[in-house]
Amino acid sequence: MNETALKELLYKVADDQLIIGHRNSEWTGMGPLLEEDIAFSSMAQDKVGQSQALYQLLHELGEKQPDTIAFTRNADQFHNCQLVELPNGEYDFSLIRHFLFDTAEAIRFDMLTTSSYTPLAQLAKKIQGELRYHTMHANTWIKQLGSATEESISRLQSSLDKALPYALGIFEPSPYEQELIAEGIFAGEEALKAKWTEKVTEVLSQTRLEIGDLSAIDPKFGGRQGKHTEHLQPLLDEMSEVFRIDPAAEW
Amino acid sequence: MEITEKKILEWLEEVKDPEIPVLSLVDLGVITGIDINEHRVRVTMTPTFVGCPAIDYMKQDIIDVLNSYGIDHVDVVVSFEKSWNSNMITEKGRKALKDFGLAPPPKHNLIVDIDILEHIECPNCGSTNTILKTPFGPTACRSIHHCSDCKETFEQFKPV
Repeated sequence: MNETALKELLYKVADDQLIIGHRNSEWTGMGPLLEEDIAFSSMAQDKVGQSQALYQLLHELGEKQPDTIAFTRNADQFHNCQLVELPNGEYDFSLIRHFLFDTAEAIRFDMLTTSSYTPLAQLAKKIQGELRYHTMHANTWIKQLGSATEESISRLQSSLDKALPYALGIFEPSPYEQELIAEGIFAGEEALKAKWTEKVTEVLSQTRLEIGDLSAIDPKFGGRQGKHTEHLQPLLDEMSEVFRIDPAAEW
Repeated sequence: MEITEKKILEWLEEVKDPEIPVLSLVDLGVITGIDINEHRVRVTMTPTFVGCPAIDYMKQDIIDVLNSYGIDHVDVVVSFEKSWNSNMITEKGRKALKDFGLAPPPKHNLIVDIDILEHIECPNCGSTNTILKTPFGPTACRSIHHCSDCKETFEQFKPV
């Protein structure tokens, strides 16, 4: 098995989960209503937990301990897509990002359930069940607010337009795309993007939101290679603040 | 005394889910393997949710309980090889959940969609005239529902 290709895949998927999990957690105590506060907090817990399990797989392949991987790297060593590091903004932006990202991650883990790397396939099967609740949550709100009032529709539309170039950045091709596909580790970003486009279009067609022509959008690539927006490093500084005070502390 | 798998499972009845103290790990269905090698016992368990924060407590509880029965060498391994789904909760466990005031998860074909979260049986009055308020509750494994008959809000151990 091509271990370099596998590790590259695991890093980007784990980093996506950790960073979006952290962003979700920023809604704790701030949600527009209690249920949403709890929903984003619960999803944060799931996603950070999933990142830990993915970092554990990397650890078993010879990388450092999950906590070390999560808390001691700088922004240019992270492989998450830029979409997940963007600040939460207002609720409409968080909701659109949640919908666009979680649809992609849910499909990605569905695809990974048949990975030729068994530990990843087993973990993906488990994560897949949890993510159903996340996409269910996103779809419910997008359908409801995407066809509610003029204000909700125009806010979501403007957030959608802003998020789409970053959402397409999720599918930035890996340098190992061919190896991953050939070895049956992962069916590839192109295949994922096609399924994502179909699903996102289907949900949005039940609203008054317009997705437009995706081929006319220039995707925000770079995240997978460690090129990030100015928003990632401050997030990492905050996330690792306690850990860095005493990395050897026993909790 | 000879240590058997049956004996170990019986002792593990004492280890409860830290957040649902009426439910043993055995009845929760998270104990997926017992290997006995002379005086060494290896317990394999799998989390209900990947990010379950209670897993380290449960691991330690397993070790403490088995130590108290004289097994000094206990290894607890967390594995996804046989991964947990809510159908693995035993009948006894489902009853314990209900007595605790938590609706047990409906049995499902491993594909959970929104339909099976509606009309959950109210653990207080037994009515199915209930609605899903939110699929996210106070812990990762619970959802919140409201009963239109007895007007109580209740939680469910959610199907996964």
